[in-house]
Amino acid sequence: MSLLAAVVGLGDDALVLGQRLSAWCGKSPWLEEDLAMANTALDFLGRARLLYGYAEQLGGCDEDAYAFQRDARAFTNLLIYELPCADFALACARQLLVDAFDVLHLEKLCDSADANLAGIAAKAHKEARYHRRRSAAWLVRLGDGTAESHCRMQKAMEDVWGYHAELFAPVEAEIGLVEKGVLPDRAALRPQWLAAVSATLDEATLELPSADWQVDGGRRGLHTEHLAPMLAEMQHLHRSHPGARW
Amino acid sequence: MTSSNATIPLETPEYAARLARRQVSRHGAIYALLDAVRDPELPELSIWDLGVLREVRDSERGLSVAITPTYSGCPALATIRENIATCLRGAGWQGFEIVEEVRPPWTTALMSRAACTQLRAGGIAPPVSGSVRCPACGSDETVLVSEFASTACKAHYRCRTCLEPFDHFKVLT
Ligand SMILES: [Zn+2]
Repeated sequence: MSLLAAVVGLGDDALVLGQRLSAWCGKSPWLEEDLAMANTALDFLGRARLLYGYAEQLGGCDEDAYAFQRDARAFTNLLIYELPCADFALACARQLLVDAFDVLHLEKLCDSADANLAGIAAKAHKEARYHRRRSAAWLVRLGDGTAESHCRMQKAMEDVWGYHAELFAPVEAEIGLVEKGVLPDRAALRPQWLAAVSATLDEATLELPSADWQVDGGRRGLHTEHLAPMLAEMQHLHRSHPGARW
Repeated sequence: MTSSNATIPLETPEYAARLARRQVSRHGAIYALLDAVRDPELPELSIWDLGVLREVRDSERGLSVAITPTYSGCPALATIRENIATCLRGAGWQGFEIVEEVRPPWTTALMSRAACTQLRAGGIAPPVSGSVRCPACGSDETVLVSEFASTACKAHYRCRTCLEPFDHFKVLT
């Protein structure tokens, strides 16, 4: 895997999650949460722009082309980021898993041999710590809440659990960049991640899911059925009116 | 209000370093010009006081103005760019560039002490360590309502003493 492909993959992770989060604006449990979701989404969209901007410097295309002119098959985000969250519990479950990952991954990426990636990671890591605090608080609030919220939170965690493995499974082509110290060794982050997530689940009176299924394929462009409809909505304006300006 | 100024800290070492760079810069007049450029979402604050204006340097094109976003997705940055350009052109400058830098990342320690005073005067609790004090009555009996408020850089609080809701400019270290 080239550095360019790695940077675009991280950019896709951030863009797709940012888009999913922004869909909560107007549909959250209450107004403050609309704002919180939208602001968290902005952090991810901002991170995507930094990464796509770097990709362009590396010889890639511009940020709009990455976001709006590629089909699902060309997106290389991990699957966990593209899951639709019709239920707020699912959004909270996914967010906790990815925020806990982000904090660990970005902390390591701050030491990347690539100065640009390290700089973007240092910026994003500060935001990720705040995101994790918020998503952990939601997990505890819903998990250790009413019988109904506990039940839905537990089910959501079971539903999303099988997607976490891909966070820690570097695709074969990534290994060269890990050896050069450009990318962190994802697999090595898992024990610490599991400990952090388990502690939060414990506090939320939730069980660690026992799910033994797992899926992957995002980095190879093999996606769930959920990504293409999301892109169709996200890309509609840009594709219908190419080059339009406000 | 009597004691609310007591928690405003002295200048941070990070701000002092920025100030020192400004004071020895041969572009002092440009810095002074840019003091008129405000953050569109926090009009109380200049981009200098907020720490978004990093440095004015020489460049091949003449002048280079380095800015940094507060948060990655800060939508105000594009407007700030335009406002810097308008400000410099208005003063007769043509050959300049505006560059965005994320490294080292922005933190609230880069903000000036004046920024904290201006935020509080604008009804926003400034990013000082320790308890969050109500900007209206100075009480520290406050409670977090939401981790985000109207912008990414603020959280939403409520005062238990005077019952006013208010924004808190979050501490980012
Ligand atoms: Zn008060």
